[in-house]
Order: sequence, then C-alpha cells, then structure tokens
Amino acid sequence: MDFLTFMQQMVNGFSLGSMYALIAIGYTMVYGVLRLINFAHGDIMMVGAFLGYFGIAVLDLPFAAAALLAVVGSATLGMLTDKIAYKPLRNAPKISLLITAIGISFFLENAFNVFFGGVPRAFPVPDYMSHILNLGGLVFSVSSLLVPIVTLILLGGILWVLFKTKYGMAIRALAFDVNTVNLMGIDANRIIMIVFGMGSALAAVGGVFWALNYPTVEPMMGVLIGLKAFAAAVVGGIGSVTGAVLGGFIIGFTEVVVIAFMPELGGYKDAFAFVFLILVLLFKPTGILGYDFEKSRF
Amino acid sequence: MGFIIKKDQWINLAIVAATLWFIWFAQTHLDEYTVRILNNIAIFIILAVSYNLINGVTGQFSLEPNGFVAIGAYVAALLLLDADAKEYQYDIESPYPWVLALQANFVWALFFAGTFSALLALALSFPVFRVRGDYLAIVTLGFGFIIRILAINNPEITNGSLGLNDIPEFSNLYWTGGVALLAVIAILNIVDSKFGRAMKAIRDDEDAAIAMGVNTFKIKTMAFCTSAFLEGVGGGLLAALLTSISPDLFTFFLTFQLLIIIVLGGLGSTTGAIIGTVLVMGGSEWMRFLDEPMNIFGIVETPAMPGMRMVVFSIILIFVMLFAREGIMGKRELKDLFKKKRGES
Repeated sequence: MDFLTFMQQMVNGFSLGSMYALIAIGYTMVYGVLRLINFAHGDIMMVGAFLGYFGIAVLDLPFAAAALLAVVGSATLGMLTDKIAYKPLRNAPKISLLITAIGISFFLENAFNVFFGGVPRAFPVPDYMSHILNLGGLVFSVSSLLVPIVTLILLGGILWVLFKTKYGMAIRALAFDVNTVNLMGIDANRIIMIVFGMGSALAAVGGVFWALNYPTVEPMMGVLIGLKAFAAAVVGGIGSVTGAVLGGFIIGFTEVVVIAFMPELGGYKDAFAFVFLILVLLFKPTGILGYDFEKSRF
Repeated sequence: MGFIIKKDQWINLAIVAATLWFIWFAQTHLDEYTVRILNNIAIFIILAVSYNLINGVTGQFSLEPNGFVAIGAYVAALLLLDADAKEYQYDIESPYPWVLALQANFVWALFFAGTFSALLALALSFPVFRVRGDYLAIVTLGFGFIIRILAINNPEITNGSLGLNDIPEFSNLYWTGGVALLAVIAILNIVDSKFGRAMKAIRDDEDAAIAMGVNTFKIKTMAFCTSAFLEGVGGGLLAALLTSISPDLFTFFLTFQLLIIIVLGGLGSTTGAIIGTVLVMGGSEWMRFLDEPMNIFGIVETPAMPGMRMVVFSIILIFVMLFAREGIMGKRELKDLFKKKRGES
C-alpha cells in the first residue's frame, strides 16, 4: 500500500468518523444529564435523513432549506419524545425509562416502515455535493470533505455553549446533581429538553450527511449507526462531548483502515465498534476523556 | 415430618397435575393448528420467565433473548442433523469435518444449546457487570447483531444466510410443555431462594445491597447466565419445532415481543410473564388483521400494511410504561393473590 492510498483511506475514515461523531454527541449529552441510553437517538437520525429526503424529493426545496427542515424537524421530535415519553418517568425506576426508550425506537422504525416502505430510497444528492475533487491524487466528493469541517465547527459551537453560556453551565451542573440544580432555581426539565433538542439537531445533521455520502435512506438505517455511535460515545468517555467526537473518529478510522488492509474481514465491518465497546468496558470503563459518573455523584 | 404436605404445596401439586393433564389432553385431542400455537406459547413461556429473571427480578435491563435463542437454535440444529443431511445442504461452503461430526440425541442437544448460551453469557458478564450503568442493554443489543453477522459470515459452520433445514422435528407438546413447566418451577425456586432475594435487593437498591454484603457482580452474573441457559434451551426447542432456521429468524423483534410480554404481565412476576405470553401470543394471532387490507365501514379501503402490528405493539409498550407501569400482576405471584383473598397479606 503506497502513501497515496493510505492518505486516501485516512480521508475516508475522517469523513465516516465525523458522521459517527455527530450522532455520538447526542448520546453522550443525554447520558450526561439523565443517565439514559437514548435508544431512539439513532432513529431520530433516521427521521432527519428522511426529512431531508422529503424536503428535496417531495417539497422540491433546495438542499440547504431541506437540511434546515431536517434539523428543525428532528430537534422538535427529540424534544417531543422527551416531553411525552421521558419526562413523566423522571422519578420512575431507571428500567422504565430504558423500556420506554426502546419502545420509541421501535415505534419510529416500524411507523416509517409501514408508511414509507422498507425499500431503500435513493437520496437526491445535489450536483455540487457529489462533485469529485482531486487534490494531488487524493479523490473525494465535496460532501465527504464537508462532513469533517461541519463536525468540527459544530463541536466548537457545542463547546462554546457548554462552557461559555449560562445554559451550558446549567447542563454541566445537571450532570452532577439534578436536585441541587432545581434548588438553584433552574428549571431542570427545560434544560433537559434543550439538551434533547441540541442532540437531535446534531443527529439530523449526521443523518443528512449520511444520506449524502451513501445516497439512500431507509427506516432501519438508524439501528446500526446508532449502535456504533453509542460505542463511539463510550470509547471517548460517556458524558464528554469532545470524547464523543474523538470516539467517533476512532471507530470511523478503524472501520475504513481495517477493511483497506484486510479486505477479507469485510463481512465483519459492523462488528468492530462492538469489539471496541467491549474492550473499553473491560479495561477503561470511563473511556478516553470521561469521568466516573458513579463517583461524581457523591 | 418431611412427608407432611402443607396446604400451599397441595395447591402447587394440583397446578402441576392440571398442567400435565392439559399437555396430554392438548397433544392427543386438539387439532394441529391449536397444538402449533400451544407449542409456540410453551416455548415463549420458557423465554419470557427466563428473560423476566434478569429484567424484572434483578432489574438489569437487557436485550439479549434473540442472540441466545439464535445460539441455542444453531447448536441444537447442528447436533440433531446427521452428517449426510449436513453434507447435502451446505451449498455455500462445504462444512468443516468437526461440524459434520457433531451429533447428539435431543436431550443432550438441548443441554448443550443451553450450556453454550450460558458460557457466552458468562463471557459477556465480565465487561458489563464490572461497571455500574446500563451497558448490559447496549452490549446485548449489539450482541444480537454480532450473532447474525457471525452466522452469515461462517457458512462452513452455519450454512450462511441459507440457514439449516430439515432439522428432525422432535418438539411436541410433551417436550415444549414439559420444559416450560420445569423452567417455571426452577425460576420460582430461584426467586424464592437467597439468590432470588439478593437479585431483588439489587433491583430495589443496589447501594443498599452492596452495603448488606451482596456480591452484586456474582448475583447479576448468575441471573444472566440462568436466563441465557433457558433461552438457549428454548432456542433448541424452537429449532426442532420449526425444522428450519436462518439468521433472519432471530431478529430484534423476538426480543421486543418478549419485552412486551414481561412488561404487560408485570416486571418481576413469573405468573405475570406466563399471563403476558398467553395474551401477547394470542393477541398476535388475532391482530393479524391489522397487517391486511382493511375496509373501514365500507367507505375507506386501506392497503395492506405489513408491520402495522409492530407499530401497535410499540404503542402498547409505551402506553403501559407511562400509565400502568405495574402491568397486570405487578411484582406479585399467583400465591400472593390467594393470600390476599384470605386476608393474610
């Protein structure tokens, strides 16, 4: 394998990893404030991709407007699931919350399956997005170059919100102690809703980019991508946004690079993230940048 | 005084005798379609009561059944098929010699199906139970996918996506019903033992359980492995009932069905799991109309909507969780109902 091929794989891995990262941020933020694995998160990404598809193919919107529709629609859906399904269970045993999350996930998958069909639909990629660039032998499409750029900009934005604004301070405080946050006169439920909105919006960005790069959308696409993104969040350290992005890159790189070096493992591509998850849980459960949530509560 | 049977035990014996009589009656007198449904219900009772042990009794949210049922089904199928039958149907790759050599009778096949599942569960326990948090759910969810990936990518063992066919049809109501009865008795005894009390303590307050000296890792692992063993056996029975299996048979939908069953019946109640199985399996047959074209009041004609049942199932699940979290039985068992009636509780 020569240097050029290697660089090419790095670019591909960077692009794939960014998409996992965008989705992993939502997992990690929701886990931070609620200690909940939001099983529906991958499916909210799927809804985002579908909204982008409907925006372009049905409503005939330009790509940017369709992407905006996807982001706003998914954020609304995320906040709605929190309000309808998770908020009434704040004081219930954790297992009830997890079961509801799985219920929402299964509902979204199957509702989309029933109403829009399980056959993958081709995503109408605008020409300027599928335009192929050639930089000294490195070949990639505009959209795959755009993913990491947008991801890093959004990461900067999220970090700014988390560490420079009052809302961010409230979100970080929630990760430590819900009751004290309430005592400080902050409406914890409103903050949690904002977290769901932010996470879902990022998932929608990830979903639209996924649809651009692998130009199909289908109701079950969120399951596996969601699972891998969660693994990414754990690898990076659950609760840490930067960690989620890092974990996303690691998992994306591994998938691309291992397949490039050992094509015979192609059939196992979807299993790598799982292996990472198991290894991290075995040897460093707090991940790369995470902190021990169980300890932090006391 | 060991031979004196207490009043409660008379009731238990009567229930066991009635169940045995019903199994015999159903197998010899009822038509094939009914027996098939009863077979399914019996297998799902095995799966539901064992799933309830980890989810309801121990309170560790897990999504494992489809993975372990798949393992059990494959192990049993490989042991039950003879070498000629295997040689004949492996179309993608020819099987490994040791795959051809695998052979056992039905009892051993079920035993190995369960044991193999339990060993895998033991291996999974180390990463997930050493840390607090709900990693079990996501790891078992991933595990289900991995099993499918492995089954598809190792055609020398599993015949890939074609699956295994012509498995000898050993399962009948004596087997499925008998194993279900044994499983229920075993689970009830575990729940009533000191291990069961430790499991419930972990569910209700893990910190308090640790403070009381409960080895939470050990107890969680035991619950998980017991579940996996029975799910493996259930998978073996399923393989010998359906006579053909493929990787696509054991999807997440299987786990989801079981989740509805135990939630509807009441998380933590074995009696509830049995009631839930009958309701969901029966309801599932009844709700088939949802997937078919419908004619609403002769005005609107809706097209066939395959999968509508699953949408309804998920709405039921969310609804039960939000408004009737206890399900039908709550955490009570049959005997608790008797006690209430006599005013002893």
